[in-house]
Amino acid sequence: MHFLVVFRMVPDVVEELEVAPGGKSLETEYLRMIASESDDHALEEALLLKERHGGSVTVVAADAPELDDALFSALAKGADRVVKITGAEFGLSTSRMAGIVAATIRHTPGLLPADLILTGTQAIDDLDGLIAPLLGFHLGLPSLGIVTSVECQPACGAAVVTREFPDGVRGQFEIPLPAVLGVQAAEKPPRYVPVAKVRAAMKSGRIEEVPAPEPAVAPSLEIVRMSKPVPLSHAEMLEGDPEMAAAELCKMLAGRGLL
Amino acid sequence: MEGDTWVLVEHWRGRVTETTFETLALGRELADSLGGRLVAVLLGHQCASLAAQLAAADGVLCGEHDALAEPSPESYAEALHQLSSARSPAAVLIPLTNVTLGIGTLLGARLGLPAVNFCKDLRVSGGNLEATCTIYGGKMEAVVAIRRQPAVLGIWPGVRPVDKGRLTGAPPVENVPVTLPQPQARFRRYLEPEAGDIDISQVECLVAVGRGIQDKQNLAVAEELAASLGGAVCGSRPVIDQGWLPLSRQVGKSGANVKARLYIAAGISGAPEHVEGIRQAGTIVAVNTDPHAPIFSFAHYGIVADAIEFLPAFTEAVRKRKQGA
Repeated sequence: MHFLVVFRMVPDVVEELEVAPGGKSLETEYLRMIASESDDHALEEALLLKERHGGSVTVVAADAPELDDALFSALAKGADRVVKITGAEFGLSTSRMAGIVAATIRHTPGLLPADLILTGTQAIDDLDGLIAPLLGFHLGLPSLGIVTSVECQPACGAAVVTREFPDGVRGQFEIPLPAVLGVQAAEKPPRYVPVAKVRAAMKSGRIEEVPAPEPAVAPSLEIVRMSKPVPLSHAEMLEGDPEMAAAELCKMLAGRGLL
Repeated sequence: MEGDTWVLVEHWRGRVTETTFETLALGRELADSLGGRLVAVLLGHQCASLAAQLAAADGVLCGEHDALAEPSPESYAEALHQLSSARSPAAVLIPLTNVTLGIGTLLGARLGLPAVNFCKDLRVSGGNLEATCTIYGGKMEAVVAIRRQPAVLGIWPGVRPVDKGRLTGAPPVENVPVTLPQPQARFRRYLEPEAGDIDISQVECLVAVGRGIQDKQNLAVAEELAASLGGAVCGSRPVIDQGWLPLSRQVGKSGANVKARLYIAAGISGAPEHVEGIRQAGTIVAVNTDPHAPIFSFAHYGIVADAIEFLPAFTEAVRKRKQGA
């Protein structure tokens, strides 16, 4: 079976984010980019499926800072082929990115046929839509999001997929193959790969580069401004070292009848 | 931009969700600004009886079809596409939860319009609709101008108080036909959460841990605090995905909505998906190394510290206080 994984890089929000001088985008100078968390889970699920059913895993991603590291890491984890789409401009538009990725998947030799296309269910910058349903739309394939497990049944040309609902409830769906899945969490935590293995992948592996195809004119949003949220309320901050703050918190909670 | 404001009624397993009422409250403000009607769009199968709960709207558009019996993004998007193409609303508001995820994106794609995700507020400015969207895990807000209609808007839970949009009565109901194929992704069954563990939605005191706890071994400091407070440990999504705590302990979007009297969020940044689950909690204490973490705008008390250092100090202070009492 062939599993295609679509990867995105997003800002690492553990770092402080700043607005660029124009007031409409992020300041990129100190931005650290990482693979979108649920995309990492999508890759893990694809690798688990490959281990179970055999076949190959191909990762496709639009170029972004620090993408090469993520792609070499994917090779080190067990991906067979990694493809970087170069020269694409999409700003903060997932719908434009989805159009470019879908066209690349269609036109790059060997990316299709794929039995499953897996990607993260939602990224922190999906301002104008989610990539899995958009890829499904462009490629004419069914899609399902918030997926937490996949059981391929190649003999019947279908997969049984579990997705999340609220309150810890999950729902089981049967989806015909090929399909696009938005993965929330893989069946196991994403595997750890030692730095030495990534370095080895950098030496022996190869990132294929394909130029971005001209996408059809995609509708886009107009960002008027971007800013850090101004909270309507703010916690009462307790200062001092941990012991002092802990003592103060005890007093406050006792005052509310909570201790 | 003119026309009606539509709110897709999110209902699941026979119940209208609270997010629907919150969205109706926001929709009322928008409808008044645009000078159109507020219409609740009730799609489903044998769901017409739910209309009586939707009196906050000026009217209910009810489309029933067996392909809409379970939440299927493709069927709901197609039904909304048919209705909105025929009636040209100004805006379609869709709650953004695990029930409805994907519907807005697909509707936008079918209409050839961008869907606007992550909306926390809407207003009309110079005749255009502007949406304020929370992005980057709650760390930034983007204001987006929408010039083409219908505006397809995904609305975060919690944008307005539930009670502002929950009115029972007899709103005028118009039944509309929808023609749908069976969805390609076919629903089979629900898998209920595993029983046996404690029900964190019923626990009065919760110590919640997030990514800031760094390692499974550090859970011990949270367990000790929970023991000293007579409570339980729960966690945000990354902790559950790492397998450090079972799914039954997850708080937020896919997990439990908790009502604890005391909720201590340790090493949790406060992404919208987590905050969704703690809106009914009583007193919230946040411990985070990042003084700008969004959780501090939801908490009552905040401490800028490493949770791994603070929790043992707090446990000690609680023990001392209890011994002294």
